[in-house]
Amino acid sequence: MLIPISWLRDFVDIDLPAEVLAERLTLAGLEVGQIHYLGLPQRQIPGIRQPPSDHLTWSRETVLLAAIQEVKAHPNADRLVLATVDIGSQETIQCVTGAPNLFEFTERGPLAEPLWVAWAGAGAEIWDGRSDTPKRTRIKGRKIRGIYNDSMVCSERELGISAEHEGILLLENEGDHPAGTPLQDVLGDILFDIEITPNLARCLSVFGVAREVAALLNVPLREPSDHAEMLGPSIRGQVELEIQNPAFNPRFTFALLRDTRVQASPWWLQWRLKLVGQRPINHIVDITNYITHEIGQPLHAYDYDLLVERANGEIPHIHTRTPKTGEHLITLDQEKRELGKDHILVCDRAGALGLGGVIGGASTAIHEGTRNVLLEAASWNYINTRRTMKDQKLHTEAGVRFSRGAHAALAPKGVLRGIELMRQNGGGRIAKDILDEYPLPEKEVSLPLSQQEVTRILGVTLSLAEIAAILERLQFTTVRQSENSLLVTVPPHRLDIHEDPVIGQADLIEEIARVYGYDNLPSTIMADAMPEQRANYELLWEERIRNLLVNYGLRETIGYRFTTPEQESWLNGDEDRPHFHPSEYVRITNPIAADKTVLRRSLLGGMLKQLDQNRRWRNRLQVFEIGPIFRATPEQALPIEETRLAIVMQGTRNLEPDSEDAGDSQLDFFDLKGLIHSLLADLQVAEWEERRSVHPTYHPGKSVDIWLQDRAVARYGELHPTVARKFNLDPGSVLISEMNPLALYATAEQNFQIQALPSNPPVLQDMALTVAKQITHEELVQVIRKAGGKTLRSVHCFDVYTGPPIPEDRKSLAFKLTYQSEQRTLTDPEVAKIHQRIARAAERELGAQLRS
Amino acid sequence: MKQTLASSLESIRDEAIRSLEDIHNLEDLHDWEIAHLGRRGALTQLLRQTGQLAPSQRPAFGKRANAIKAELQQLLEERSALLHERALMHDLEHGAIDVTLPGRHFHRGGIHPSTQTLRNFYEIWSEMGFQVFRSREVEDDAHNFEMLNFPPHHPARDMQDSFYTDRENIILRTHTSPGQIRAMHALSDNGTQPIRVILPGMCFRYEQISARSEVQFTQVEGLAVGRALRFSDLKGTIHEFAKRMFGDSVRVRYRASYFPFTEPSMEVDVECFLCKGQGCSVCKHSGWLEVAGSGMVHPVVLRNGGYDPAIWSGFAFGMGPERLTMLKHGIHDIRYFWSNDIRFLEQF
Repeated sequence: MLIPISWLRDFVDIDLPAEVLAERLTLAGLEVGQIHYLGLPQRQIPGIRQPPSDHLTWSRETVLLAAIQEVKAHPNADRLVLATVDIGSQETIQCVTGAPNLFEFTERGPLAEPLWVAWAGAGAEIWDGRSDTPKRTRIKGRKIRGIYNDSMVCSERELGISAEHEGILLLENEGDHPAGTPLQDVLGDILFDIEITPNLARCLSVFGVAREVAALLNVPLREPSDHAEMLGPSIRGQVELEIQNPAFNPRFTFALLRDTRVQASPWWLQWRLKLVGQRPINHIVDITNYITHEIGQPLHAYDYDLLVERANGEIPHIHTRTPKTGEHLITLDQEKRELGKDHILVCDRAGALGLGGVIGGASTAIHEGTRNVLLEAASWNYINTRRTMKDQKLHTEAGVRFSRGAHAALAPKGVLRGIELMRQNGGGRIAKDILDEYPLPEKEVSLPLSQQEVTRILGVTLSLAEIAAILERLQFTTVRQSENSLLVTVPPHRLDIHEDPVIGQADLIEEIARVYGYDNLPSTIMADAMPEQRANYELLWEERIRNLLVNYGLRETIGYRFTTPEQESWLNGDEDRPHFHPSEYVRITNPIAADKTVLRRSLLGGMLKQLDQNRRWRNRLQVFEIGPIFRATPEQALPIEETRLAIVMQGTRNLEPDSEDAGDSQLDFFDLKGLIHSLLADLQVAEWEERRSVHPTYHPGKSVDIWLQDRAVARYGELHPTVARKFNLDPGSVLISEMNPLALYATAEQNFQIQALPSNPPVLQDMALTVAKQITHEELVQVIRKAGGKTLRSVHCFDVYTGPPIPEDRKSLAFKLTYQSEQRTLTDPEVAKIHQRIARAAERELGAQLRS
Repeated sequence: MKQTLASSLESIRDEAIRSLEDIHNLEDLHDWEIAHLGRRGALTQLLRQTGQLAPSQRPAFGKRANAIKAELQQLLEERSALLHERALMHDLEHGAIDVTLPGRHFHRGGIHPSTQTLRNFYEIWSEMGFQVFRSREVEDDAHNFEMLNFPPHHPARDMQDSFYTDRENIILRTHTSPGQIRAMHALSDNGTQPIRVILPGMCFRYEQISARSEVQFTQVEGLAVGRALRFSDLKGTIHEFAKRMFGDSVRVRYRASYFPFTEPSMEVDVECFLCKGQGCSVCKHSGWLEVAGSGMVHPVVLRNGGYDPAIWSGFAFGMGPERLTMLKHGIHDIRYFWSNDIRFLEQF
């Protein structure tokens, strides 16, 4: 919200630099996002950093308030005139200008009333009015159609006030400044752009901010006048008022002004509205806007005669109510609006006049010929106002304020101040009295507050007098209740202080802290008892897995929790059959994008999609993610969230295939298998076994489930070729794994025992066996181990071979066998004996033949 | 014959010494060794003929032959040392490589930058007695809003646009704060025990995805509840964190702010660690970076967590790891975090 410092000064004296005030406001919770300068220089204040402003500073020597005394025709040009300008020096200056709004003054001789303008002399810097993009320029002397000119009268655009460049700025010299006064002293201003948080609804006006300024600077606050000169007959009997739904509309007031004339607003009022970004229309409408910005009470003006007309000459009966079914309204913006049950209408007997708290109707709007003005100031329930704005997609100045909460106490002030300003500027007589229906009065809130409570929460000891003084700066009233407690009464502009004493006290303590200054409060180290310390084993376990996988060379990714059922169905290879049951998805009813409609049931979908994108950049990718998947169940409103680990690998085994020792071999099932086994071993997971896997995402012949007790906890293998194609990946190239990392924790041995280092040397021997092709490595190893007994320490298969001279239906497996005894050094004959025993067992049980 | 043998001995010696002079590389030296000292070398051959000498001459001849052998052996070693030295000198002189050619990379895996920053938080906060408490990402309206003192239709709800699900009142959490309620219920033993936890996790807001805003982001929330926790303790704790995170000399600024679930509420700024407060594009020339929202736990929240707010008090704070990571590493596009472009991840 834009707050001009010149307007703030109506209510509070400010004698410190604007930059310091902005900092003070920011620290007190009114964050000044930006300071806009109008003609004035940006001041550098020690200790305050601010972004350099690129505004135009009006030179105090060459950009001046000036008076045009006469406008003459240019002898050589129809579209130029010569202005005789008084800039406060002895001689007047002749200034050539093409401003169209001066043409009407030509050839009138000396003007009875001078035209007050902003004049810029030679050397002055201004914005180039003809440039479409902001561009600075300096005024230089030159002949224009034969007449020398070295100064100009300026437009708003040239001065950096607005984009207006149709004519020059004509202002009213309301301060009676002499010609030649630096323009800085007349129009120079600084505007704060303040972000108003929801608790600061009371600050959605200049006066609201002034109140904070007065409290923070501890200076007096001047209340705006609510005196109205009421000389007409009483409003009673001229309009009737009825509130049908006080919960939606707690208060409604009317004032009536008769025999006025709608006209342009005075220059100062137009100027202020322009500063805060409102377009002046006519004085009635402008004043409703002005009061909204000034004190935060939105007003609405009706053409009283149109109301009488709608009442067929009877007394208009205005009431507020919820809409009837099918009712609609044409609002001021000429939109026909369907109405809902949460809306509230201002109506007369002929129908709806406006959408309460948000926007007026077109049928009774003020127009040029309006003579009698009925002015409304009301208060509206913020929830309904919010709903109405949301339903109607309407964002109005009134709606913004009512939807945040405007105190009902403001309504009579607003209506009185508004009607008086209308009278002052348009004439007429104000009817005596206002109509004021207030069926649901705001409660007055009084709260006890003890000195100890302030100390308990803030950690600073303030005297009761100090506490009272701070609160009184914010217009709270305080009464001393006992030696160390106050009774604090909340002023009637605060809706944010709760009547519940515990909450209300917290509200008050925040006010004390804010005004005292957060920076001034002490900073301490907690002396409170340390709570019981609990390790988060799940997190520690996940972190351990992360570290291991990173050690193996994998990179962690974190994907979106969002996906689509379509993408997840690709994991099936067959799009017609959903991968997961549709009812198990957590569905987003307001998805932000077409590819983010549900929460994921699997980590793999997102990771495989990334793989497709990343493989352009690297010839080998090996990534993992640990994160939740989501499964909705019929039993519970909240879905089940379970942590999953997924691994995806693809690419060349050699990381730098372009190097001299490059090979082109690709990662395959056994690379992944080695990784998974390393992980299980390094995690000390015990008692697991592997079984072939049957899962539609995996190649049926190249995938394995890992079982722990009676539960499959992990799966790994090659991505099913059909699934690979769905994800635009080369079939046969992608290795994947999914597991439930927490399930692994169950059998993980935390206190695993080490093996003592053997004192006797090992004997290593190779053994190559041929077996029938269908015999598995595991079967063979089992036989070897059994026959080898305790002395056979390890069996490692280092080669599998098929082809000549091995018969076609057989394969050869080569093992490195390690023999070692705990008791003594083995002799060659001892080893040979066991070696033979193994070979014989393999032959007997599996038909294996020793290769020589 | 005798003369011949003795003189042969001398001529072998002379020839060997002379020819040694012409040896300039180790291979030739090896050949020389074989030719002169080897089993089939000239000297050995000659010694085999010792038997032809008269027995009385044999000792002298043998002695001389051994002396020559020792002499040649000595010369060989000297020559060898010299040639090794020369070879080394040659190698050092001529063996220079182009050291500017690229090295062969060692490839490691890596932790996602968000996890790295989270770990940084875990570490710092655990030193200060705050342990990790994680809670669910899909929440009900009660935990995400109502129990945190956001009544239905409260304007503060406008600050956090939610993702809704097909189940009534079930949304994706918009902040980690619902975890405050869950932590209090899980750990406070019906409002009788103090708590110090941090609540890290993914949050979701309905915002158009752009370089500056994402639909999901991680937050780390902190919560302390005790019998004597004060606003001054919050300031002290935050300052302690800032010192560990940004360095001992960091300056911290505290601004009043508004969050429904804390009161008094404050925003915490630290002096921009890139420009040291001098003003730069990252801190938008303010010299300050907003790093945390915080405040004293609102009495309504304490109540909803099972504590009596007249006896218990607490503070909470929330921070955004991605934002800090972005500030620290000059990341200008928040979309990098979840797109997992390997070229981004590899830089961490």
